[in-house]
Amino acid sequence: MRPRWSRIAALVSTVVVVLGATSCSSSDESDKLLIYNAQHESLTKEWIDAFTKETGIQVEYRQGGDTELGNQLVAEGASSPADVFLTENSPAMAAVEKAGLFADLDSATLDQVPEQYRPATGKWTGVAARSTVFVYNTSKLTPEQLPKSLVDLQNPEWKGRWGAPPTKADFQAIVAALLQLKGEAETAKWLAAMKSGATLYSDNIATLKAVNAGEVDGGVIYHYYWFRDQAKTKEMSANTALHYFKNEDPGAFVSLSGGGVLESSKKKDQAQQFIRFITGKTGQEVLEKGTSFEYPVASEVPANPALPPLDTLQAPAVDPSTLNSQQVTDLMTKAGLL
Amino acid sequence: MTAAPPVPAPIAEASRSEATARPGPLVSVTVAILVAATCIPLGYVVWGTVSVGWTRAYELVVRPRVGELLFNTVALVFITVPLCVLIGVTLAWLTERTDLPGRGLWRPLFVAPLAVPAFVNSYAWVGVVPSIHGLWAGVLITTLSYFPFMYLPVAATLRRLDPAVEESARALGSDSAGVFFRVVFPQLRLAILGGSLLVGLHLLSEFGAFAMIRFDTFTVAIFQQFQVTFDGAAGSMLAGVLVVLCLVLLIVEAAARGKVRYARIGSGAPRAATPNLLGYNTIPAVLLAIAIVVLSLGVPIWTLLRWLWIGGAEVWDFAELGNSLAQTIGLAGTAAIITVVLAFPVAWVAVRSSGLLARAVEGANYVTSSLPGIVTALALVTVAIHFVRPLYQSVPLIVFAYVLLFMPRALVNVRAGLAQVPPSLEEASRSLGASPASTFLRVTLRLTAPAAAAGAALVFVAVATELTATLLLAPTGTRTLSMMFWSWSSELDYAAAAPYAMVLVLLAIPVTVLLFRQSMKVAAL
Repeated sequence: MRPRWSRIAALVSTVVVVLGATSCSSSDESDKLLIYNAQHESLTKEWIDAFTKETGIQVEYRQGGDTELGNQLVAEGASSPADVFLTENSPAMAAVEKAGLFADLDSATLDQVPEQYRPATGKWTGVAARSTVFVYNTSKLTPEQLPKSLVDLQNPEWKGRWGAPPTKADFQAIVAALLQLKGEAETAKWLAAMKSGATLYSDNIATLKAVNAGEVDGGVIYHYYWFRDQAKTKEMSANTALHYFKNEDPGAFVSLSGGGVLESSKKKDQAQQFIRFITGKTGQEVLEKGTSFEYPVASEVPANPALPPLDTLQAPAVDPSTLNSQQVTDLMTKAGLL
Repeated sequence: MTAAPPVPAPIAEASRSEATARPGPLVSVTVAILVAATCIPLGYVVWGTVSVGWTRAYELVVRPRVGELLFNTVALVFITVPLCVLIGVTLAWLTERTDLPGRGLWRPLFVAPLAVPAFVNSYAWVGVVPSIHGLWAGVLITTLSYFPFMYLPVAATLRRLDPAVEESARALGSDSAGVFFRVVFPQLRLAILGGSLLVGLHLLSEFGAFAMIRFDTFTVAIFQQFQVTFDGAAGSMLAGVLVVLCLVLLIVEAAARGKVRYARIGSGAPRAATPNLLGYNTIPAVLLAIAIVVLSLGVPIWTLLRWLWIGGAEVWDFAELGNSLAQTIGLAGTAAIITVVLAFPVAWVAVRSSGLLARAVEGANYVTSSLPGIVTALALVTVAIHFVRPLYQSVPLIVFAYVLLFMPRALVNVRAGLAQVPPSLEEASRSLGASPASTFLRVTLRLTAPAAAAGAALVFVAVATELTATLLLAPTGTRTLSMMFWSWSSELDYAAAAPYAMVLVLLAIPVTVLLFRQSMKVAAL
């Protein structure tokens, strides 16, 4: 009986140690280009696959949220293992830029991207764009009943009728735009109304689903979640429609997804090459033809035909490198949303 | 007679006075390092508070959001723990002290929910009732996931109680209810307290189950803060409050234990109790048992199968699944072995020696075991990034976190095993010329192997189903089963998450069987 036990134990240990060793060695990929990726995993994977196919350069990524990875880069400072940083929104890029961690981008890359889709500093660039929308349940609201402005949602008549995902960087970018356009006092007031009047969901998809199910009348999300579901099963969006605020309203904010090269990178050439690739024609066509439904911003690649063109959305002018993620986090923490 | 703690105390006491009472330098140093390591999470919370400064700390702790989290967390504990006591004790009494039909079948079924991680259970309920959310959803899901923590020790104690006391009470004219409340229940006190503590601590550290149903407790809020600020002051202040809650729970439990013991002279007769006849109550009792099993096992199994059916062949990406299974086994196996190996010196000190080191070990172990994974993970991220950069984002760091988090599970088993090895056998081996090392390998290790294997199995499953610390500490490129499950279910792609949930449940089944067997063995003592 007992010898058997120890033999089993020895066997199990051997198997496990071998497995452990192989899994450790397979995660040791220091020779690969490392992306800190806050973009959707599926989109970045498409980019990486196309990039590796064209250049033969192997790429690895670490997945996380915009501000999580942004703050992580700031905490890691000059000894960060990352070579490239990709986000869904601008505030985290601005924070890393402010910490002085980005290298200047190649002029060849910057030349591909129109000026309005990148910060003037040239430290990083927009790689894709998404628009704020108000998604609403068509059996609960008629087009006449829709809010005229994002700011209107703080009015008492909207209390308990709308939802949003406050813990997500997406929504925080919208708040950052609101902050820049309307100032701190207005934003704090709006956030306080949101805390008492909105249903808080964990992310855009959960918000969309809740609106579709009629839990709330409408919600503040980004456009592409709706288009993705429409292109698939419509399971989460069949009872809903999109409302674009337009009119340079804070709710018409178009958020730039950013890409940048870390100054501390030891593979800067390859990193620059990667950013040049995703803002180039092939990279941008992934946005046009793929399933992401995000807007291309560079190399004159048009948007997916299902989307209303970006220049018809009447977005407010916001300089992406001045969006202040730290102040947004503080305001939202103060409002009790975080 | 003392009940719940799995360590047979009398044997441990006896062997403590034996000759081999002084630990050698190797053992002492290992143990001292481990004790020091267990202080890291607490140290982090204190350091965080100090470095933030009192004014800012005050601002971050005394605010409405913290009040809200405090209400949610405390309400959850106050509702769920009594519910678990009620369900656990009722079911234990039914299976151990009545003529409930099919007792042999119900016993394992009431332990089986332990094989379903709480976040998988939550996922199952969201699948059945998509709009489920908030406090009551949290209570429902955690009660169904955690009541076995109460059922196991209470049923084991009931089986060990000498029925003679109950028979005397009945002979003196007490009815069934009277016997239960006046004779049986007081003797279950320690088992119930132990179970309550376990349920309470799980409630404080649960993340996945609550995040999925939009119920914000401290752990959920700390995780959200991490996602926004990485290593921010607000997060570490919340962690401080959470740690205080845990300590309160420990102190309340210790105080409630008190000094009263139900001692008796002589061991009593180990025989089966005469079952109470349920009579007309048989049908409601069976219905209750069925309802519990349907809710705690039926719902998750049905939802899992339904999602697998809906997903069809498409969701079985075997390359991905195989890769994450291999990574999970690698990480969990490495952590399990290291934890058990390290548990030996600690257990040895606890069982064979007395004095400061032994007491420090017990105290440190007691406190760390109660700290939620999110606090330990946050502490290690911070320490690694500021002080031990080479360990940052590395496999050793995450394994170290697992060792800290799950050492108690290995320790309980190794300690019990070691306590049952008579020191005289070791002495005989030494007197026959064997070296200490060879004595350990050929005598001690052999005798403790089953206990150590059980400890390793417990740690293995705990690591495989761990979510919070894994999400925070995973090295780049790591994708364990629970991470994959989390990533898919966060995108609300329930079908794609199903295979990962299924494999997690399958991994946990053998250990659940083991736990059940262990509890039955206690009864046979």
